[in-house]
Amino acid sequence: MDHLLSVAAAVAAVLQALLYAAAAPLLVGWIRKVKARLQNRRGPSVLQPYRDLRKLLGKEVRVAHTASPLFRAAPYVVFAATWLAAATVPLFAVDLPTTAVADLIVLVGLLALARFFLALAGMDVGTAFGGMGASREMLVSALAEPAMLMAVFTLAMTAHSTNLAGVIDFQLTSDFALRPSFLFALAGLVLVALAETGRIPVDNPATHLELTMIHEAMLLEYSGRHLALMEWAAQIKLVLYGALIANIFFPWGIAQSLAPSALGIAIAVIVAKLMLLGAALAVGETLLAKMRLFRAPAFLNLALLLALLGLLSHVILEVGA
Amino acid sequence: MSLIALPLLQQFVLVLAALVLFSSFVLLSQARLVSAIHAFAWQGGLVAAVTTVVAVAGDSTHLYFSALLTFALKAVLIPWMLHRLIRRLELERHVELLRWYAMVNMVAVALVIFSYWLVLPMVHEELAFTRNIVAISLAVVLIGLWMMVVRQQAVAQVLGFMSMENGLFLAAVSATDGMPLVVELGVAFDVLVAMVLFGVFFFQIRESIDSLDVDRLNRLTETVEETDAETGAGSRPMMVKSAVAEGE
Repeated sequence: MDHLLSVAAAVAAVLQALLYAAAAPLLVGWIRKVKARLQNRRGPSVLQPYRDLRKLLGKEVRVAHTASPLFRAAPYVVFAATWLAAATVPLFAVDLPTTAVADLIVLVGLLALARFFLALAGMDVGTAFGGMGASREMLVSALAEPAMLMAVFTLAMTAHSTNLAGVIDFQLTSDFALRPSFLFALAGLVLVALAETGRIPVDNPATHLELTMIHEAMLLEYSGRHLALMEWAAQIKLVLYGALIANIFFPWGIAQSLAPSALGIAIAVIVAKLMLLGAALAVGETLLAKMRLFRAPAFLNLALLLALLGLLSHVILEVGA
Repeated sequence: MSLIALPLLQQFVLVLAALVLFSSFVLLSQARLVSAIHAFAWQGGLVAAVTTVVAVAGDSTHLYFSALLTFALKAVLIPWMLHRLIRRLELERHVELLRWYAMVNMVAVALVIFSYWLVLPMVHEELAFTRNIVAISLAVVLIGLWMMVVRQQAVAQVLGFMSMENGLFLAAVSATDGMPLVVELGVAFDVLVAMVLFGVFFFQIRESIDSLDVDRLNRLTETVEETDAETGAGSRPMMVKSAVAEGE
């Protein structure tokens, strides 16, 4: 029986990882659709990102002659690391083997690995844009990472576990409480997610020819399936942050067992949550303008401050004597 | 007593207190005077909200009155007066240069930790749930003081002073279930009078040094002009530089 259960859990884990990869373009398509509607455009179909990926995957790969083997390897490393990181975040079920082996610090580490290779690949060919994009990406991530870790530690301190499944279990089993620390951690994590996924106050995902671009600048030299993998990895990262925020702070609805009915409900709930988050992101991106790059440190400083206040308010207000 | 054991209303008080602390940080890092005044108004409103919720939780009628007083005074009247003042001083578009703002914020975080450390012996005593808020309100007081230290603008310093008063009020409401009404009325009146006096002072300072940058009060106007006329390099390079930099 135990054996059967673990097989079922493994199947569910694989299914979840596949769902991450499969649903990622859909979320991006949904965000673009909502954004287009808000700007009084009809916008492309929600399935457009899939078509883009298919087209890119079918195209020939062109590589600059100055490129080293690292340039060719980077898309695979970035995609694998991001996907693996996504697999450790519970999407629709809590008790999965992938979430048991990896905790929040591993998650941050895997994302850092992907980012490291992305920045290296940006510098590899030696074009001005690539180096500029890499340096900016590192500026943003060096400031975002402490904020993310602080926010994550706030959760870990409350739940007494750095394991994501442990945090979610704690949220589900403990009685409802208004926690100021979670409020601050949520706000901090949202700001970090915006910066890390290259959304609007920090980077503009829609433009390609701007001196202010960060993520796009590193991908300029990529073509064909390499570009497809890089884009896909970025989309998976967006779903990862969405699932992280949705499931840690609002875990209600996630499947605690592996019964088919519970899984079905959980998938429906997480789809609704991600659609809501995506719509909120689209509204935010429509309302806000991109900041100057030199304002980004102030933005991430705010994220760090919020995360720190979360940690402090946990210690001061919640633990007590 | 952990958080879960508290009634929901008292948890709400804790959330609001944490938001008051956050508004203190927001106030500290505003470069524009108008947005700093708005942040101050928000803080006043949050303090009034804390008072209201404490009144509901403790069922104490006189706190409703003081919540109303706080809201009228600190979220509406004083911000409005300050707004009118800076409009008359033509400082609406004034943007202060914040030096080392990340460092300033980190010092403020250190002040929060320090005030927690100070309050820790009290926490070990078995007191009411609001004892934790004493640390928060002490931090708000210290951050207000810190704002008066790091800012050069007289109006920003007044905002720091007023937010110190907010912190004291928060401590009074949360730790002792509010002051007697007479004391509260007296304090409110004092704050109002202080505000009027500050307004008079702003105009005085401006008239005598032509700016509200109180750092200039450290210098003697005559010396600056003399060195300026001599275009003397060497003897007081700092003053010449600052005089040039501030020559509007």
